[in-house]
Amino acid sequence: MKKVIFISLILVLNFALAWAGDEPATVESNRTAIDLVQTNADYVWTLVAAALVFFMQAGFAMVETGFTRAKNAINIMMKNLMDFSIGSLGFFAIGFGLMFGESATGWFGTTGFFLSDFKIGGDPWVLAFWMFQVVFAATAATIVSGAMAERTKFSGYLIYSFVISALVYPIFGGWAWGGLFNGGGWLEKLGFIDFAGSTVVHSVGGWSALAGAIVLGPRMGKYTKDGRIKPILGHNMPLAALGVFILWLGWFGFNPGSTTAANKDIAMIFVNTNLAAAAGCILAMLASWLKFGKPEIGMSLNGALAGLVAITSPCATVTPGSAIIIGAVAGVLVMFSVLFFDKIRVDDPVGAISVHGVCGAWGTLSAGIFAIDGLSLSVIGVQLLGIAACFLWVFPTTFILFKLIDKTIGLRVSPEEELEGLDLAEHAGNAYPDFEVSSYGGMVTGSGPGSALPQTALATSKQVEAS
Amino acid sequence: MKKIEAIIKPFKLDDVKDALNKIGVTGMTITEVKGFGRQRGHKEIYRGAEYQVDFVPKIQIGIVVDADLSDKVVDVIKETAKTGKIGDGKIFISTLAEAVRIRTGETGSSAI
Repeated sequence: MKKVIFISLILVLNFALAWAGDEPATVESNRTAIDLVQTNADYVWTLVAAALVFFMQAGFAMVETGFTRAKNAINIMMKNLMDFSIGSLGFFAIGFGLMFGESATGWFGTTGFFLSDFKIGGDPWVLAFWMFQVVFAATAATIVSGAMAERTKFSGYLIYSFVISALVYPIFGGWAWGGLFNGGGWLEKLGFIDFAGSTVVHSVGGWSALAGAIVLGPRMGKYTKDGRIKPILGHNMPLAALGVFILWLGWFGFNPGSTTAANKDIAMIFVNTNLAAAAGCILAMLASWLKFGKPEIGMSLNGALAGLVAITSPCATVTPGSAIIIGAVAGVLVMFSVLFFDKIRVDDPVGAISVHGVCGAWGTLSAGIFAIDGLSLSVIGVQLLGIAACFLWVFPTTFILFKLIDKTIGLRVSPEEELEGLDLAEHAGNAYPDFEVSSYGGMVTGSGPGSALPQTALATSKQVEAS
Repeated sequence: MKKIEAIIKPFKLDDVKDALNKIGVTGMTITEVKGFGRQRGHKEIYRGAEYQVDFVPKIQIGIVVDADLSDKVVDVIKETAKTGKIGDGKIFISTLAEAVRIRTGETGSSAI
């Protein structure tokens, strides 16, 4: 009996204690609780999206190495590792403040360097927002390594990588997106639409890539004196395709994540993203089929990416039907752009300039043309202004940067280094030591039965002598 | 008939092939080989450990021609495969006893 009384007393005491802490629910406390759940959800979605966008770094790495030769595989991996690492630190130290700090002029920010907005115990939203933004900055930076592949000096590249994340990208980014935090850019105040960054991220990367490819010059053996274009075959199409699939996946963080809020808007953005990629892929495949006689893997892969880049700007403000059209146009546009740049002898091993620069511009324009609110010339005008402003800021700045690097520590490797491969020359490494890669001279071959000899471009003796 | 084996730097293959086509050489067989003579190999590093790679990749071209074309072939290879730097390679000429075309059974010069 004593035991029963004792146990009952304990139970009653527990209940009393539990209820003693609960105030009766009021409308106010309910509202606060609901807001807290929404805020927590915002954090979760934004950071999950940031992780997806981070994974796009793996996508870029695989695409770039798949489309280039085996003798440079280690170098591509190193450049991609550094793009993200240096980008993270550069954006932490300088870039984030320039892009999102308080801005008196609307041209650049002046606060928030070294994440000074964050105080221990204070609102951690700045951390989540920074995390989301840094993966975007790193995306812009890593676009360029593809266009400059196979002949860029590693040390020179590192300098560029820091400058683009710390300076070039954030300045333009602030013009278009500064108001998302403490800043406020002149371009966004005019109503410029670039929801997830067709221009802010992709065109910035694309025009930097153009500057780099021009300053560097083409790879040895790519263009002959009599005007022929000799293909330099990528060494691993499955890796390239894997890279595109990873990028496609990551884009589901890139576009819908730009709401930085967990709400129903993300559904249409997801759908638009996917439809544009699919349309771009199909149209590029068809275009290559018609032009070359067979559906070609390289163009098809570029087509999917082109669709993704194009829809990045309008993804939140167009219908799914429009998304298909936007992606389809990008798929055709990218193929002709790739052919064009080869014709004017700008060597872009992976098509970065065409996919990101050209299709980024198209996507930004399409946000004006296909706006759900309806067609308006003033909206299209602002879009064109933004496209032009991006080019006029990014291309000359990066051109000068690359020229400066070239004149000081040198931007391009020597012809001997280019022939023997950057893996050996720059990193004393061999990415595929088990394979008899006869690449120390420009020709990539695989050993084993049935390995066909590729019709790879080789340096002419004159090019080597002339070096 | 002469058999000519030339070991050359891999990136010279296209030039040598084009030059040989021009003087009437209609076929060849190539092998990827590794070797060294006076050309040194190089050092590589893996996770902090250094190692020496002695063998340098080369391409070996094998051609069989009539004896009267042999000197011309050797001259063309010498000229187009040369860079002037160590590692340009070597050419070996031997006399061939017989050659047979499998499809038709022809022998001798008509098999080349």
